[in-house]
Amino acid sequence: MMMNMAEALNNALDFEMGRDANILIFGEDVGLNGGVFRITRDLQDRYGADRVFDTPLAESSIVGFAIGLALNGFRPIAEIQFMGFLWPALDQLSSHASRLRNRTLGRYSVPMVVRFPYGGGVRALEHHAESFEAVLAHIPGLKIVIPSNPVDAKGLLASSIRDPDPVVFMEPKRLYRADRVEVDEGEVLTPLGEADVLMTGDDITLVAWGAMVPKVIKAAELMAEKNISAEVIDLRSICPYDHRTVHESIEKTGRAVVVQEAPRTCGFASEIISRINDTEIMHLKSPVMRVTGFDVPFPFYKMEEWAIPDLDRIIKASREALTW
Amino acid sequence: MVLDNFDLLADDMFQCLDKDGNLVAEDPGLEDSMLKDMYWWMVLARMADEKALSLQRQGRIGTFAPSKGQEAAQIGPAMAMSSKDWFFPAFRELAAYLIRGIPLENVLLYFMGDPRGNIIPDGINNLPIYVPVGTQVPQAVGAAHAMTLRNEKNAVVCFFGDGATSEGDFHEGLNFSGVMNAPVVFICQNNQWAISVPRSRQSASRTLAQKALAYGIRGIQVDGNDVLAMYVVCKEALERARRGGGPTLIEAYTYRLSMHTTADDPTRYRKEGELKEWMERDPLIRFKKYLTSRGIWTDEWQDRLEGEAKSVIDKAIDTVENMDPLMPGDLFEHMFEEMPAYLRDQLEYLKKCLDEREIEEDAEEIQGGFP
Repeated sequence: MMMNMAEALNNALDFEMGRDANILIFGEDVGLNGGVFRITRDLQDRYGADRVFDTPLAESSIVGFAIGLALNGFRPIAEIQFMGFLWPALDQLSSHASRLRNRTLGRYSVPMVVRFPYGGGVRALEHHAESFEAVLAHIPGLKIVIPSNPVDAKGLLASSIRDPDPVVFMEPKRLYRADRVEVDEGEVLTPLGEADVLMTGDDITLVAWGAMVPKVIKAAELMAEKNISAEVIDLRSICPYDHRTVHESIEKTGRAVVVQEAPRTCGFASEIISRINDTEIMHLKSPVMRVTGFDVPFPFYKMEEWAIPDLDRIIKASREALTW
Repeated sequence: MVLDNFDLLADDMFQCLDKDGNLVAEDPGLEDSMLKDMYWWMVLARMADEKALSLQRQGRIGTFAPSKGQEAAQIGPAMAMSSKDWFFPAFRELAAYLIRGIPLENVLLYFMGDPRGNIIPDGINNLPIYVPVGTQVPQAVGAAHAMTLRNEKNAVVCFFGDGATSEGDFHEGLNFSGVMNAPVVFICQNNQWAISVPRSRQSASRTLAQKALAYGIRGIQVDGNDVLAMYVVCKEALERARRGGGPTLIEAYTYRLSMHTTADDPTRYRKEGELKEWMERDPLIRFKKYLTSRGIWTDEWQDRLEGEAKSVIDKAIDTVENMDPLMPGDLFEHMFEEMPAYLRDQLEYLKKCLDEREIEEDAEEIQGGFP
């Protein structure tokens, strides 16, 4: 069936809820309203208000409540309405969800998913467009999954729900309704921690995740017109980070550009470049470039297209790497 | 029923025993064996607490959070619980851990910086110590809601202190509990001090129990140094929760006779008279008076209990001081169900560094030259 990312996510939730009665969905406006982006549409009708319900407006407790349910046998999926509102829940994620298995030497585990839309490009209000995946990546014990297309959105969300450990699932909201593609309505499971090589090439490696992936594909297509063969890697999860795929690609190309929407300093691109430094330094023909957001708050939407890496900046960085 | 009759706005405090151990409420009708158990746990917890403090002073354990003076506030609720109920602690509930079946060894190991202190034996529905203040509250509500969804007739008991009532998670969690009508009993051990900050600087509310009103849940202030009162009230709150009657906030009005942890010195902020006054309200003395009046307590029995407690404590110390050493792998275990490749790499790196130490510990000389 043809689905956009929003529909594919809804379909994944629907399929998994039908499979496992221990799965619960809750958060703000996810019940009757089906979520502000309609990701949980119709699920309360289908599975009842015991399994799909609205909570008080309190992010820390939405995640804390999910931890308690996970400790006591359920498989909660908590929705935070926007990443910009995740901050009050960071304590629960970093102090507890990520470490209860470790601190109880395996007696308890926290199999839950915290999912939310992130990123800019939809002309949203302030605090509705943040990309702070690197903050989460710094917390040991969390998995961080970020799809870039409807097929992966379905398969990665299903795998996240079945994962025995806490998963943060970041949904690039500008891609929710970007494309419709064929998505299997049945069981789809995409393994966590495996990057996808979307285009193969020999001249340069382009690494991205989430909303930056379509831009990087477009850049690779433009380069192909100039007879430059770019390899495009969609990480799909940043924790675990699949360095093997990046490493194998750079062994071949010797050049790389990492593209992230998030602010520049201490972004996940920095970690990738550091890992490349560990393993690829002798294979590199040029410094690894990064194209990133800026170290400013995500701006008012009249300026958002300046803040988000665009095709131009990706091409410019690629040219620098290729002509070093 | 005590909870129904309690007026949160009347500045009342529920007691069964006055400070001289006289029964001032309806006799809860507990068997002698139950009363004896309560006193046994008081003696064991008090002696273990004092021993742990002295072990810390000798450098045999690390920073320790004593619970002296708060035994009644913990023993009442812990004995009112069933083994199927869940227990979310803060970090000062030694007596409750012991009653719930956590070996004293684990408590000592925890304060010796050994992760094996957090091993919770199978079948015991306890969570480990929660250090970030108040963060256990929303989780306790989630664990309780799981019981509702499964139609279990169990409940959750969640402990925290007076300082925690200033935290956002306390307010959010109590609010959630009311909305969800969760089977949870919150026990606020108001020991009057959050390190050096007095109760009066935490809240302008006349009592902490009153906060229950705002969340539409039951609340009561109880004399936390009265083990019978704590037992009776917690039992009633648990039964109410199991029947679907919703959550209760119990403020246990008590006092921390020791320091916050061994890392602080209460004489810097606490007036001497205050401590002396509370020493006279020691929960052990009060309960001993009551047991004496019932003909249960004797000198000989006290000696026997102290002897038994000493042997439990000595055995625990012997065990924890003779544990197998921890291995580098213990640092990386249990991060996820399966250890990911990047953690295996980091573990191998650590092992290699430990195997090929560059600096001899005695000589502090770097082995091998720089190019």
